[in-house]
Amino acid sequence: MLRLPPFVYKPAESVDHAVALLNRHGGDCLPVAGGTDLYANMKQRLFTPKVVVGLSSIAPLRYIAYNELTGLTMGALATISQIAASDVVRRYYPALAQAAAAISTPQLRNMGTIGGNVCVDTRCNYYNQNLDWRQALGFCMKKDGEICRVAPSSPKCVAVNSSDTAPVLQAFGGMVHLAGPSGQRDVSVGDFYLADGINAWARRPDEIVTAISLPPPGPFARSAYRKLRLRHSFDFPILGVAAVLHLDEEGVCVAARIVLNAIASRPLEARAAAQRLVGSKLEPEALDAAAEAAYALGKPLDNTSGSIPYRKRMIRVFTRRTLADIAGQATAL
Amino acid sequence: MSVAPAKALRTFALNGEGVQCAFAPNKTLLEVLREDLGLTGTKHGCEMGHCGACCVLIDDRPVLACLVLAIEVNDRPIRTVEGLAKDGRLHPVQEAFAQCGAAQCGYCTPGFLMTAAAIVEQNNRLGEADIRAAIAGNLCRCTGYTKIIEAIALASDRMHEAQPGG
Repeated sequence: MLRLPPFVYKPAESVDHAVALLNRHGGDCLPVAGGTDLYANMKQRLFTPKVVVGLSSIAPLRYIAYNELTGLTMGALATISQIAASDVVRRYYPALAQAAAAISTPQLRNMGTIGGNVCVDTRCNYYNQNLDWRQALGFCMKKDGEICRVAPSSPKCVAVNSSDTAPVLQAFGGMVHLAGPSGQRDVSVGDFYLADGINAWARRPDEIVTAISLPPPGPFARSAYRKLRLRHSFDFPILGVAAVLHLDEEGVCVAARIVLNAIASRPLEARAAAQRLVGSKLEPEALDAAAEAAYALGKPLDNTSGSIPYRKRMIRVFTRRTLADIAGQATAL
Repeated sequence: MSVAPAKALRTFALNGEGVQCAFAPNKTLLEVLREDLGLTGTKHGCEMGHCGACCVLIDDRPVLACLVLAIEVNDRPIRTVEGLAKDGRLHPVQEAFAQCGAAQCGYCTPGFLMTAAAIVEQNNRLGEADIRAAIAGNLCRCTGYTKIIEAIALASDRMHEAQPGG
């Protein structure tokens, strides 16, 4: 059996209790929600915390709320299944429902949470391996080693952000709500992710994510998400493309955000690509130009499945398809 | 040497019965079911969430016992393959799997049965697309998916024939 390392489990009774436990146990302590990412990584000895703080007992964090003035708020413990099936998410934020439905498998979507998916560990072929494998090859800088095995001259870890929801949440202009010893703070999704595969999140070790919120989509918003992976189930993304476009009453694009994921340590906002759409009525030429600009931005490294040239080419293909999905959406909300 | 953390004592609502068990706090539900409770119907495959062999139902939802910490289950009802048959009668999904020959080596079968039981119980008559989507987290390495899909469809048809308005 592939067993978890020994640890002490402390169920949190409330957000304050969770923060107090994390604060008290310092660096030897990790929070866990659904466990689908952390427990698998612990089995591979990527993490060996002395104390695990269980958040799943904080029932008030398991909610999805929508209000047309304030938008969508998802408690950190809302499951991926709940989000994929939510009527308000499907209606007002379809890209988020698509991303949630594309995460791993039905069973894991019943277990995993939105807070967990936002904080899912960055991934790399040289990191997501068992201890024997990593020991045999030589450790990498993300765990126990000195250098990056993908890019040996890189001063930083290049493991990729592998969250399906992160690029969508960023494209909608979402906020991550955190609670820590000095109270609550809010960080935009764009600022929550950092360009470093090891220190990839603005969350401090003694903070927990309590909620993620999205602004109201507006009357003529359209969105879509597309995910590249080798199998249509189980797999983490090797490319994710999220797009949120705002149209006027004539169908002219007035604002756009395109965010790519799984090609860098943080979701990448393709600003030049989005700019190609503004002022257009989403004609095929505008979509082509946007896809070309997204292609120019992405520089995948050899750290997931799929070759570098394939993943690079797929940025153009998947951006184009995502935008075509949106152009094909007949009606506004 | 570090001292092993004290064992946890919990009562599980397992297959409709209260079952008390003491186990190490770092044990998964899969380990507790197989090693401490002797219920070896739930299989261990990859133990990393990549195969679906250890699928059980918690709150009637399919989850993977290899990544559920036993201590986190609390009093939520757990169903395993041992609890599917009632009063000596097989569950409709078991009947249908047997009738359709929906097993070759059989190792993935308990996981498929639990996923199948959840979807046929909770939905009206299922179409092939619904079934394919629902079993997307269960791998069968004998490539027996066609018969598995037929069996789940048959079980679903039978269950919803038998219930007026189903």
